[in-house]
Amino acid sequence: MSTDKIEKHVELKASLSRVWRAITDSTEFGEWFGVALTSPFVAGAIVRGNITSKGYEHLTAELHIDRVDEAARIFAFRWHPFAIDPAVDYSSEPMTVVQFALTETTRGTHLEIIETGFDALPASRRTKAFAANGEGWTIQAKNLTDHLAKVA
Amino acid sequence: MTPLAVKQRAPVFAALGDPTRLRLVARLAEGEPLSISQLTDGEKVTRQAITKHLEVLAEAGLVIDRRRGRERLYELDAAPLDEAREFLDRVSAQWDQAIARLRALVER
Repeated sequence: MSTDKIEKHVELKASLSRVWRAITDSTEFGEWFGVALTSPFVAGAIVRGNITSKGYEHLTAELHIDRVDEAARIFAFRWHPFAIDPAVDYSSEPMTVVQFALTETTRGTHLEIIETGFDALPASRRTKAFAANGEGWTIQAKNLTDHLAKVA
Repeated sequence: MTPLAVKQRAPVFAALGDPTRLRLVARLAEGEPLSISQLTDGEKVTRQAITKHLEVLAEAGLVIDRRRGRERLYELDAAPLDEAREFLDRVSAQWDQAIARLRALVER
């Protein structure tokens, strides 16, 4: 019954090096994550970029890069998840930690994504952000899928 | 949800961020109202510590206590938990969508 953690396990039919590039090259990461990033992911860096989805371009995402460890196949950053109200200063809020871990499999690559730290977020974030924006993020995701289909 | 309700539920997530309290919630989730003695049974901490943990859970609106005779019985109120769960479900759905885009990118 953890409310603190989200865990995802994904099998990808792509080589480990291909997946590593897709998650640690900030441009490629931004393409599927939905944010226009220009500076590279380096441990200790703070990488910012505008949300690329239509209607949300005024929003900035900020990733605090903790770990880019190719030998261990681990990439980790902290951020303010779904900081979608421009009127709110999120900087004083705790961040969640997102960690990607890759494992080579016979068919491709296993990707594990773990995001933790939700319990520390103010409760108002959890209720208000979504109540006020309704299906906003679903629409944003659809915009992005459409866009990627066009450029693919 | 009214702003007042939001404010009242603010400590829910913090309240769940402790292993003893999570265990207490799990035991109360079985449905039966339990006394402090019953809840202390099997825990390594004192009755006083369990009482403090229950107070935190009560302040967060997660448990309701009722007096029955000389005993105080604790019950789970699941509504705030459902909200926490719903938030996580939504964030989780965002990840699923992002993962689908990642898959499209690396498998093409």
